[in-house]
Amino acid sequence: MEALRTKARELLESGAVKVVIGYGAGSDPQRVRALFARTADQVGQLVWDHRCRQNLAAYLIKPDVKALGRMAIVARPATLRTIMQYAAENQLANDSIVLLAVTDDGQIAELTSFAAIEEHLAALPRGLTPEQQQELDKIEKMSLDERWAFWSAEVGRCIKCYACRAACPLCYCHRCITDVNQPQWIPIASDPLGNLEWNVVRAMHLAGRCVDCGSCADACPEGIRIDLLNRLLGREALTQFGAEPGYSPRKEYALSSFKPDDKEEFIR
Amino acid sequence: MVAEFQPKVVAFVCNWCTYAGADLTGTSRIKYSPNVRMVRLPCTGRIDFMLLLQAFGQGADGIIVSGCHPGDCHYTSGNFHARRRWILFRRLLDFMGVDLRRVHFAWVSAAEGAKWAELVNSVVDEVGKLGPYETFPRRLGRRQEAVEVA
Repeated sequence: MEALRTKARELLESGAVKVVIGYGAGSDPQRVRALFARTADQVGQLVWDHRCRQNLAAYLIKPDVKALGRMAIVARPATLRTIMQYAAENQLANDSIVLLAVTDDGQIAELTSFAAIEEHLAALPRGLTPEQQQELDKIEKMSLDERWAFWSAEVGRCIKCYACRAACPLCYCHRCITDVNQPQWIPIASDPLGNLEWNVVRAMHLAGRCVDCGSCADACPEGIRIDLLNRLLGREALTQFGAEPGYSPRKEYALSSFKPDDKEEFIR
Repeated sequence: MVAEFQPKVVAFVCNWCTYAGADLTGTSRIKYSPNVRMVRLPCTGRIDFMLLLQAFGQGADGIIVSGCHPGDCHYTSGNFHARRRWILFRRLLDFMGVDLRRVHFAWVSAAEGAKWAELVNSVVDEVGKLGPYETFPRRLGRRQEAVEVA
């Protein structure tokens, strides 16, 4: 933690960055929230522990944050993957951000170029953990009716707060499909059809793009396991199309490209 | 006397191939199941997966999605993009517990009038056996109509 604060102070004092985005105390001891440190005092408020899970990358492309000037950000691997996906989607310029990649044992790597981030990520384990794989398998082994009952109950709890959308760094459309009201594609009320449509549309719009940071499920006040939907589609996009979002600044979006021989055994 | 269940099948088809193919079915005077309602779009590439959910939400019991064969798309590659979308969407639907026997995909060209009839007949038959899609949530404000035909 001290190493992080020292690094942050260095970057601010040298003028290399105008703001260090990290985590600070939250509304209670179990929570942290995003901190935009611009002075030495604020740097002293930076924390780093197991509570710091929210993917802060979401702030990097917000106009009000960008207006502060060159940014440094405290990054877990999920944040690094988000930067790579932003690069692939032309949302960030190379060398525009300083990444303070912190590992679980407190080591800090200062990364500035996309190439450096790519290299750093290449050394880390990738793909679903056995626990994550088991979670998906458990649902897939259920019968059709059991799966429907499970997901109806999950999305039935949705209150349409869109916290998932706000927390997700890759949900950055200026005008989300839910904001369109001529016509109102997705009803804003919390009703069974609308809830299903919202969660399905978000999962599909992220298919092949989601970097599996888990911020959506963490943000959901109802604890809905929407991360499982994204993970399922992420796995499909990988096995079917070789889509591996978040590991390269150059990867093409799986749904804007195609191969003449994509598998189609289900099409008559 | 309670009528045999008449499934409602909505077909999202492309204008250039499948819609023309269905037209050929008609001009060839081939009789086929009337339980299908066709929605014409310029290309399968335009078919948003949300349209399928809307169809179920408004009472459809089954869905057909059909367009030009790969390589024959009027807009060159629309169907290739659609195919990728369908591959992912089907997996999501299955994962969430939507019965994939209610959603069918096909390539039907403008010359395949007979294939269209055969496709519709087999889908209506299969969906008819599955029964009405009662578990799918419905659009707020839509009445559920009970149809009894003597």
